[in-house]
Order: sequence, then structure tokens, then C-alpha cells
Amino acid sequence: MHELSLCESVLQVIEQQAQAENYQTVTAVYLEIGALYGVDPEAMRFCFDSVVQGSLAANARLEIIEIAGQAWCSSCNTNVLVEQRYESCPNCGSYPLQINDGDQMRIKQLEVA
Amino acid sequence: MCGVCGCGDQHQHSPKHSHILGLSPTRMVKIEQDILAKNNHYAAENRRYFAERKMLVLNLVSSPGSGKTTLLTETIERLKADTEIAVIEGDQQTSRDAERIRATGVPALQINTGKGCHLEAQRVGQALDTLQPKAQSVLFIENVGNLVCPSGFDLGEAHKVVILSVTEGEDKPIKYPDMFHAADLMLLNKIDLLPYLDFNVEQCLAYAKQVNPNIEVIQLSAKSGQGLEQWQAWIKKQLTLQA
Repeated sequence: MHELSLCESVLQVIEQQAQAENYQTVTAVYLEIGALYGVDPEAMRFCFDSVVQGSLAANARLEIIEIAGQAWCSSCNTNVLVEQRYESCPNCGSYPLQINDGDQMRIKQLEVA
Repeated sequence: MCGVCGCGDQHQHSPKHSHILGLSPTRMVKIEQDILAKNNHYAAENRRYFAERKMLVLNLVSSPGSGKTTLLTETIERLKADTEIAVIEGDQQTSRDAERIRATGVPALQINTGKGCHLEAQRVGQALDTLQPKAQSVLFIENVGNLVCPSGFDLGEAHKVVILSVTEGEDKPIKYPDMFHAADLMLLNKIDLLPYLDFNVEQCLAYAKQVNPNIEVIQLSAKSGQGLEQWQAWIKKQLTLQA
């Protein structure tokens, strides 16, 4: 259900941009989803197809770009990859880490006609 | 070479230009827009509204059955003598919770989210027009019972307060880290039941701190009244910080 309302937000953005960017049909949506954002890409695909029915993006492909979770470890003074929010540093084991990538979801670009 | 379609010509792409008869050409439009940008915009408006009125707004989040509404009615009973209070209730269906709050004599407005699993800032903004909360009041927003989705939706509140009851298991903070990460205060509810359960309080608090090192914790029971004074004092302190 969470993914359903997020897909509705995606469609709203697409519809809002249609006039400004002068397009009638969207053929692909490029969506960045961070690994730490808490959204399941498969659920997004499922919901996307039902949400866009009858809209200007009815036949659009959903291209999901998965962004790895990254965080700054102040003990190691380096950026490390993390799979969960609460993980400790894979190098030195300390936490908290300062998350600096992979906690976002945004529309990157559209392929339009 | 054309950079858009890769054909050999030098030309501009317009919607009319077509390489293959009967197929319209496609082009890329950069959007770079956060999905939650719209919600965040309304949340900022709400936050401005609350600041102008020096209100304290708390977004109460938990799983269903954590005892949010009972805790809220008990809290209201203790605060209402000297504090203005209003409540926004979020549920998928029914106005049962708002009716329970109104029984305490405090104004309450129910938002039914229907298929939605969380409250959004725009709906809260609309509710404010109807509810007309008073200046320097405390507004409690009881979110839809769900430990996942409400974490990502800012409503303009000062703090998210997560309520975890001891009947739910001590590992909830690491199972639902986003919510415990987003909250500033955790209320560990139903502690009167601890003698009957295998709930490890120390382990639970350690998990919560692991996800969010800055989270404050108050242990309480809405039923026995234990810890409610500490919770009440926390609210009063936060209210003075809004002035």
C-alpha cells in the first residue's frame, strides 16, 4: 500500500511536468531507489503498472536504478557501504554511521514522445 | 551524429521529427525530483502554521494495538486542566478513535485514509482549517497504526513519538529501523505486563539506541499510570521550547 501511494506521487509528477516539458506520452520512467529508503522495487513495479493505467504513462517501462546505501564512518574517516540503517562500520565495527547516500527515492528522468 | 537517436544526420529533435514512419520519436526529460517533494512542501507549510501559533505538535506512530489511543486519553486527562489540546486521528476506516478522544472533552478530528497506510501533510493541513487549534496548544496527531510507511512522511510535527508495547517483542526497533530512526522519543508501553512476559527491556533499549543513538526513552503504562508523570513532564518541557 505504501508503494501504491508512492506510485501515485510519481504519476502526479509526470502529469504536472507534461505541459511544461511538452509531452503527451511517457514511454519510460527512470526511478532511483535507495537501498535504505524502505521501498521494495518489485512492489513498486507491481503498483506502477496498475496506477498508470489509462494515464499518459499507460505503456511506460519502469526502469529502476538501485542506489547502494553509503555512510561515513568517523572512526575510519571513510565512506563505507551499508545494507541497513543501523549497521555498524564493516571495517572497524563502530557506530553510529552518518548515512550519505541510498536513503532517497526520486524520478531521475523520463523518456517521452 | 545525432546524440539523441544515434542516426547519421545533424538535426534537432522535435515531437514532429520521426525516423521511422508511424512511430513517434522519443526524447529524455530530466526531472530529478524527489517523490516526496510535494508532501515535504505541505509539511513545511504546516510547520510554519504551528510556529506562528507556538504550538507543540507530536506525531504518534506505532503498530496497531500498541495502546496509542488509551495512552492518549490518559495523557489528555492529566494535561487538560492547564493545557489546550487538540487531536487529529488517522485511521483507514471508522471514527471510533476520534469519538474516544472527544469523550475527554478535547476537540478531535478523524481523517480516514481509506486505502492509504499513513497520513500525508496535505490532509493534516486541511484538517487544521476545520479543527482551528488554539495558540500555544498541544496537537497530537495519532497516525495510522503501521511501523513502516508513516516514517517517511513528514507532517510538519516537532517530534515523532514511537510507541512500542512490551507485548510486541523487543526486536521491533531493528525489524523496523526506519521508524525508530525517525522518532525522537520512544514510549515503552504496557510495562505493567512485564511480569507475565519474556520481554527483555535492556535488549530492547539497546536495539533502539543502535538504530538511533539519540532516541529518548520513557517506560510507562497507560493502565497503571506508571511513568505517565515523566511523559507529562516531557510534553510540558517541549511546549515551553516552542514559545
